[in-house]
Amino acid sequence: MFASFQRVAALVVRYLYLMRSSWPRLLELAYWPTVQMILWGLINQFLAGHSDWVAQTGGLLIGAVLLWDVLFRAQLGVSLPFFEEMYSRNLGNLFVTPLRPFELALALLLISLLRTAIGVGAAAGLAILLYRYSIFDMGLPLIAFFALLMIMGWSIGLMVVALVMRWGLGAEGLAWAIIFAFAPLSGIYYPISVLPRWLQGVALSMPSAHVFEGMRALVREHYFSMHHFWSAVALNLVYLAVGFALFLWAHRVARKKGLLLQMGE
Amino acid sequence: MPSSPSADATAIEVRDLHKSYKKVKAVDGISFAVPRGVTCALLGGNGAGKTTTLSMLLGLLLPTSGHIRILGIDMVTHRYAALPRMNFTSPYVDLPHRLTVGQNLDVYARLYGLRYRKRRLQQVAEIFELDDLWKRKYGSLSAGQKTRVSLAKSLLNEPEVLLMDEPTASLDPASAERVRDWLSEYQRNTGATVLLASHNMLEVERLCSDVMMMKQGHIVDRGAPSELLQRYGRTTLEQVFIDIAKDEAL
Repeated sequence: MFASFQRVAALVVRYLYLMRSSWPRLLELAYWPTVQMILWGLINQFLAGHSDWVAQTGGLLIGAVLLWDVLFRAQLGVSLPFFEEMYSRNLGNLFVTPLRPFELALALLLISLLRTAIGVGAAAGLAILLYRYSIFDMGLPLIAFFALLMIMGWSIGLMVVALVMRWGLGAEGLAWAIIFAFAPLSGIYYPISVLPRWLQGVALSMPSAHVFEGMRALVREHYFSMHHFWSAVALNLVYLAVGFALFLWAHRVARKKGLLLQMGE
Repeated sequence: MPSSPSADATAIEVRDLHKSYKKVKAVDGISFAVPRGVTCALLGGNGAGKTTTLSMLLGLLLPTSGHIRILGIDMVTHRYAALPRMNFTSPYVDLPHRLTVGQNLDVYARLYGLRYRKRRLQQVAEIFELDDLWKRKYGSLSAGQKTRVSLAKSLLNEPEVLLMDEPTASLDPASAERVRDWLSEYQRNTGATVLLASHNMLEVERLCSDVMMMKQGHIVDRGAPSELLQRYGRTTLEQVFIDIAKDEAL
């Protein structure tokens, strides 16, 4: 158990070394969330003067964009460090150490948490300065929303990594694109009820839809929906199990096909 | 832990090992044993099955069928018990370019869970003359310097079994000779078992007491370098290699 912890920690140290090695990369972690937040903050300010709905729910759009970025960054935080291993043709070296595949996956999740906290944390801080909107005013429910979106992002990240491990860096573009397939159905900026009825069922099979519904309930009606919370928890368990299963399957296929030594740019 | 009766004397034991990719047989039913403390070579041309064999020994590649035991441990079912006692180096795998030499070795020392990590890092830095390179990014090193770092990585955990794929590929003769010196010294001092895949005959003659000749996924001959020279009536292993490569009957 301790040896396993040591190996996970070793990889976290490896990714921290990588982050430290380049300040532009570190800056980039916060850059996109900040740009998004500024843009949506301005849209929010404009709409607040023209719409009672938006005016009554001050900062709802900024909160939504910050939480959406948690999901996006969490997914990228898993897949990009894994791509680094492929770019540097390091997988062959890693997997002749006693490192288990699930330990690599755990390390990716931990580093994703750190990367997301840096990126979204910086944007959230700036939102307070620029718009006097603090996402932290949501209080404890914010921790729940953050955790639920992180876990969904991790799950999708593991699925992307599995696809890339199986089909090579040609599938790398998925890391950037796949999350946007979830965006229209997640109800980030609008309620799920806006969607056609048949699509609402699909949307509610995604943890993110429950999180954003829950966020709106909190901001507009000041109550924390336990129904949405537990639905998101249950769905996340399924997503995470599927993510891990795909990751382990892809690793086994890579061993069967001899891909671990071939992977690289 | 399942262990073979010959575990004490045999470091590597392979029985009827096969690896096929669809219709291609990369390794076709090879069997061999390497005693502890021996430096053995897998010699063969491109596509002979050397790298495939090494990959299966390391657990990076799953065999289609067959049995592999390293240090008495079944590599298909219990490889995590053997991996801390083994290591590997190859020009076909790399270390992260953006990390410094010191950071790379530190990460691997942690992965192996070395007890006295800093002391071991100092030792390998000294052995492979890495002090001047310690803070340089791995990606900025020359081929020879990278090989030194890879070799240092492969000896971090003081492996009892060291597998090497073309350890001196892309090195100039002087650097290659230094690498061979380090290897000989390590083997002599620790009694480790070394299996190296190569098509560098000089290297094999210099380092190995046992040579397995591979062709088209088979081991077609085996013996000490002197025995092979005698058997083929040749003066160099290179000539033996060419004889075997040309012999269509094999």
